[in-house]
Amino acid sequence: MSKHVFKLPDIGEGVVEGEVVQWHVAAGDAVSEDDPIVDVMTDKATVTIPSPVTGVVSALSGEVGEMVAVGSTLVEFDSDAVAAPANEPEPAVEPEPEAEPAPVSEPEPAPTPAPTPVAPEPVAAAAAPSGKVLASPAIRRRAREAGVDLAQVRGSGPAGRVRHADLDAYIAADGAISGAAPSAYSTKRTEVTEVKVVGLRRKIAEQMVISKSSIPHFSYFEEADVTELEALRQMLNASRDESQPKLTYLPFIMLALSKIMPDHPECNAHYDDQAGVVSRHGAVHIGIATQTERGLYVPVVKHVEAMDAWQAAAELQRVAGAARGGTASLDDLTGSTFTITSLGRDGGLGATPIINHPEVAILGVHKARDMPVAKDGQVVVRRIMNLSSSFDHRVVDGANGAALVQHLRRMLEHPALIFM
Amino acid sequence: MGESRKCDVLVVGAGPGGYVAGIRAAQLGLKTIVVEADKAGGTCLIRGCIPSKAIIHAAERFESLRQHASVNGHMGLSVDGKPEVDMAALVSWKDAIVERLNKGVEGLLKGAGAELVKGWATFNGPKNCTIETSDGPVDIEAENVIIATGSSHIDLPFMPCDEEFILSSTGALDLESLPKSAAIVGGGYIGLELGCALAKLGTEVTVVEGLDSILAIMDSELRRPLEIWLKKHGVVVHTNALARGTAIKGKGAARKVELTFEKDGEEHSIKVDRVLVTVGRKPNTKGWGLENTGVRMDAAGRFIRIDRQCRTSVPGIYAIGDVAGEPMLAHKASAEGEMVAEIIAGHKREFDKVAIPAIVFTEPEIISVGLTPEEAEERGEQIIVGKFPLAASGRALSIEAEKTGGFIRVTARESDHVILGVQAVGTHVAELHAEFVLALEMGALLEDVAGTVHAHPTMSEAFHESVLKTLGHAIHIS
Repeated sequence: MSKHVFKLPDIGEGVVEGEVVQWHVAAGDAVSEDDPIVDVMTDKATVTIPSPVTGVVSALSGEVGEMVAVGSTLVEFDSDAVAAPANEPEPAVEPEPEAEPAPVSEPEPAPTPAPTPVAPEPVAAAAAPSGKVLASPAIRRRAREAGVDLAQVRGSGPAGRVRHADLDAYIAADGAISGAAPSAYSTKRTEVTEVKVVGLRRKIAEQMVISKSSIPHFSYFEEADVTELEALRQMLNASRDESQPKLTYLPFIMLALSKIMPDHPECNAHYDDQAGVVSRHGAVHIGIATQTERGLYVPVVKHVEAMDAWQAAAELQRVAGAARGGTASLDDLTGSTFTITSLGRDGGLGATPIINHPEVAILGVHKARDMPVAKDGQVVVRRIMNLSSSFDHRVVDGANGAALVQHLRRMLEHPALIFM
Repeated sequence: MGESRKCDVLVVGAGPGGYVAGIRAAQLGLKTIVVEADKAGGTCLIRGCIPSKAIIHAAERFESLRQHASVNGHMGLSVDGKPEVDMAALVSWKDAIVERLNKGVEGLLKGAGAELVKGWATFNGPKNCTIETSDGPVDIEAENVIIATGSSHIDLPFMPCDEEFILSSTGALDLESLPKSAAIVGGGYIGLELGCALAKLGTEVTVVEGLDSILAIMDSELRRPLEIWLKKHGVVVHTNALARGTAIKGKGAARKVELTFEKDGEEHSIKVDRVLVTVGRKPNTKGWGLENTGVRMDAAGRFIRIDRQCRTSVPGIYAIGDVAGEPMLAHKASAEGEMVAEIIAGHKREFDKVAIPAIVFTEPEIISVGLTPEEAEERGEQIIVGKFPLAASGRALSIEAEKTGGFIRVTARESDHVILGVQAVGTHVAELHAEFVLALEMGALLEDVAGTVHAHPTMSEAFHESVLKTLGHAIHIS
């Protein structure tokens, strides 16, 4: 048996350390070459590090949340240890990666069932004393006959018990629905789940503290009548060719902002409060707050002032897609001079967005909806979009912030102005 | 050359595992042969559960008679004269029950269409064996084999059972006369069940146990009422006592056995009429050609290794019951036998029981289903526990079931009230276990049992109350 020591490799230019975000293995686990062993996060990217060898993990270095320097020991392997279940007496059947779905004809007896299980099985959902899913014998039998793994079925009965209706729903939906609607039965829940704030989550937390504690925010709300913009958008979308992205409101808002920023230079700026300097930017680089599976990212569309609506839409689609897919480059994620946060369908009526430090302003865009509006003495239905905004009151006065939003509103209400 | 036969399923052993497998396989249309060297029914029926329960019942009756025959009678009932035990007659009454059940099993096998071949099977290969029958050898080749050979009494090499003075449990169930005194080596459930019965019949009983407590399979709270009963009835219990040997002393009718044992570093000896050795049971893995089948044993080399479908390491060979692992209980064997027959018939089955109930028929009786509070805590469960004494049950009082200090104890998960285990100790509690185990298999919450009306006046109300107690609002106890 030979020992293999694996050190944190150089995972990016200029990266000297990474934070352990998640271990995919534990000491004693058998791993094959290229199996994921650990996620390490550096300043901007999270990298999954694959196993360099096939063997058994004998030791791990670094708790989740700990910083590990490049070149320091990460994992130790016994690389010759046979990666087979300890109780298998006959290693004739090579342990293969789970590629073969067909059951092997050779029975592989489990270790003798002990009268009492030795260790608790880590079962998250409702489990019977045996550690199995909570379900009556009749349901367990039906599930087995239907080839359904009951652990995948969400039980709607008391304490998460799987009922016949849950299994019916699961089978009818071919696994797409994990159970029937929950019953009215109420059980007090007393569990507490501790979630370590590590990796991107911690970065977000730190960034929010800096923004919210150092910047005296003021927020300002307005509604914009986007009926005409909507008509324009529909028309453009109807006439676009296949290579062009579908237009949402965002490219128009970005374009409008880039158009009016020269009149509001105090809002398109970075404030270095240590140095006491505000850097007003000519370029309009708009950060788009984007929710991803891994958390909040702010990919940036650069030089919006030099784009048309189609280009802005295409670039927005590219950077947001890269952020969601985890392929965004450092450049895609840095350098914004102003940020837009849009919650899309969950847009709501208003919000108090937190400024993306060291920027000085942020715009929240809410869902456009048809509303009754008094216009020329008549109540008419118009498409209304609410705008929320926050400004750094140290360097942007209330009047200045309001002026930017009012200017933007005029642009959106008369979209021809965006293109003038 | 002997006769040669083929079948779909060959079941080796007609105990509670094997005969159930045989009946179910035949029901499913499989050509089934069950081979058994003894009478059908196995240890359980012939020399275990059933005969011991018969004798335990008779002993209860005798104890009652003695109470009624005492000077002031009992419950206002008295009888004249001294009740007597005719052990030989008692044993033949027991034998009649065994005989009836044995015939019943044979009838059931036949009725289902399974063939019972009497004789000793010896395996020559994985799926073929030769059975030595009274009519000569029969060769059988089977598509599938179900090994259900059971277990047998463990002998102590320095005091082997002669079934005259030194008895196994088998001999203890076939006594010709009631011994005045008996020593029981091994204070497990078999020894204690027989010990309680003998004590009720009037034998002076001494228990010699190697561990620091008797009935170590049950926790101390459950053992306590039994220990008190033994003490009250003059049963002497030596724990941490290791039997060293026996010697026959005396002549003719006065012959006795001297049992020596070591306790606290000192040698003790007692003279008794009979010594009963009940130190455990071992799976029957030898003497029938297991080595020729290629079937593998478990890590300790004790039981045949099986998976959750009772499959052994050889395709088409299954093992069930005592030979295939703990717990060595008849009802586990039967459940496995039924399942394996269905698996062979092509059904999808797996042994997925939440709990296998365990019952000890001592006085008082003890039941354990699922997890004890301690086991639940070892698994990291946050639990709530409730206990209800039989002394607070009207039914228990009216049938004198409370006298042995019994109770029902319920353990549930605190967060969602799923019942994790139920234990009970007390006179006449054994039958209550069915509701406990049903609750566990159904995944019942405390509220499920609390919301079920239990008939009055019955012992089962005590289960309802113990659940209410666990929820913090029992009615008949504060």
